[in-house]
Amino acid sequence: MTTTLTERAMPLPAATTTPTTSSFWRQAVVLARRSLIKTWRTPEALIDVTLQPIIFLALFTYVFGGAIAGGSQEDYLQFLLPGLLGQTIAMASVSLGQNLNADIEKGVFDRFRSLPIARSAPLVGAVMADLVRYLILFTVMVGVGMLMGFDPASWTGVLGALVLAMGFALCFGWISVYIGMIVRTPGAVQGIMFLLIFPLAFGSNVFVSTETMPGWLQAFVTVNPISHLVSAVRGMMLGGPVGNNVVWTLAWMAGLLAVFLPLAVRAYRKRA
Amino acid sequence: MTMAIEAEGLTKRFGTTQALAGVDLHAREGTVLGVLGPNGAGKTTAVRVLATLVQPDSGSARIAGRDVLADPAAVRSLIGLTGQYASVDEDLTGTQNLLLIGQLLGLRTREARARAVELLEWFDLTEAAARTAKTYSGGMRRRLDLAASLVGRPSVIFLDEPTTGLDPAKREEMWDVVRRVVADGATVLLTTQYLEEADALADDITVIDRGRVIAHDTPDGLKHHVGGQRLRVRPVDPARAGDVARLLTELTGGAPAVSDRGDLTCRVADDALLPELTTRLQRAGVPVSELSLHLPSLDEVFLTLTGRPTDEIPLEAA
Repeated sequence: MTTTLTERAMPLPAATTTPTTSSFWRQAVVLARRSLIKTWRTPEALIDVTLQPIIFLALFTYVFGGAIAGGSQEDYLQFLLPGLLGQTIAMASVSLGQNLNADIEKGVFDRFRSLPIARSAPLVGAVMADLVRYLILFTVMVGVGMLMGFDPASWTGVLGALVLAMGFALCFGWISVYIGMIVRTPGAVQGIMFLLIFPLAFGSNVFVSTETMPGWLQAFVTVNPISHLVSAVRGMMLGGPVGNNVVWTLAWMAGLLAVFLPLAVRAYRKRA
Repeated sequence: MTMAIEAEGLTKRFGTTQALAGVDLHAREGTVLGVLGPNGAGKTTAVRVLATLVQPDSGSARIAGRDVLADPAAVRSLIGLTGQYASVDEDLTGTQNLLLIGQLLGLRTREARARAVELLEWFDLTEAAARTAKTYSGGMRRRLDLAASLVGRPSVIFLDEPTTGLDPAKREEMWDVVRRVVADGATVLLTTQYLEEADALADDITVIDRGRVIAHDTPDGLKHHVGGQRLRVRPVDPARAGDVARLLTELTGGAPAVSDRGDLTCRVADDALLPELTTRLQRAGVPVSELSLHLPSLDEVFLTLTGRPTDEIPLEAA
């Protein structure tokens, strides 16, 4: 090595152009691509958006479905699938915070923070890359669901549900990003996120109708953002009433974004 | 001469630890500043403050005239940072690591690719370019990390312990790389735990201990201050130690220290003593199993400067 070094004692290659002021979104897209390359290299990181939802779908349809829906597993599948989408989207957001937390631990983000790029670009990039995971999740759920007998009312409805669910995922994910910024280890991110997600996922209309619950629980279920998302998605996919659930979901999305995006960016900046 | 790095009175506390307790650092443009100190002295914190990653509790710092606190964005466009733990992305290939930085800096894909190819070639990583960094050796990771910090052609480069954990042969390789970066005109701030390394690479050395500067000098000045080099002789027959001690006293004018292992060590100001000593040893008929001239260890430096050994590194039997 020493010999080749001296043989090629040439000057440091100069950058052919001076870096221009690059736009925030291009930086975010470059960083999103980085996340996707990493996901591609570790396919097991996709288990929570592929195998896990299939297991939930099969478990609830075939094991509990008969009992819950009074004998008709087919009917229950219609009811369950849009609901499970809401629940699994919340669960799938956990790995977002975990990955960011691990990146910071490893020092990879030190480099990004020392570059003349927007401070929030690495976070926004990671959230954008997660969109691909949610698309996989949606496709797997609807695909496997249809093989099991799920019968959506219209494809426009499915498309609408997809758009709403993806939008919700992008906003909900910022909770995970924030937790990822404030705790020490990826394991802690998972612990805290599950603590938050379990009441949201099960204290909702994902698995059973709200009317079957006691009044005090109904009060929680009816304000739960997952319930609003599920009602909206269920209505679109099955051609039923949507009511003001879309509006409520959008309001929750705006609220989550307005609170957790600034919190996450601030925590990221302060993290030494 | 223009100052590339200026820092005055930097302080930073993490919980109960006073990482920096008033540190001044100065590096002239185009020179290498070596920041020498043991683990926990505050070297890394100082670098992180200068690289805009950490805000100091008090004090001020400027990189090429730009204030680190008031104008961090301008500072970031001037600097390159290579951390203590090579912060390459393990799941990305060598090329992808450099492409990522180039694209983030706003280079077009083609330009970023050309720059990546140049730098990989320059750092002897062309053959490993398509492999994920996970498969790289420690030395290769350090080189890739350094390459990544040079993509934007920074004028001030921070190298935080670039050779810690590398074996001696790899360390020399890294030194060559650093020398070539400096020859290219950049200002380098290099932190290290080895006086030998600072001596080999730096124009000026600042010694830090417990968050304070305890010495600032040229390598020669510092070596002079800590008593120049150390000469170590070990006679094959321990019984001849007395003869060797007499010879050394005659030559250097000071009595050597004798270790438990039978080594005799004394300070020497002049390298030319070595051939003279060999001649005299031969004439006296004293065969030796070891004869070496070396720079004082960090521990010896600290003993001289502070009157106590470093906190972290145990005193070696010299």
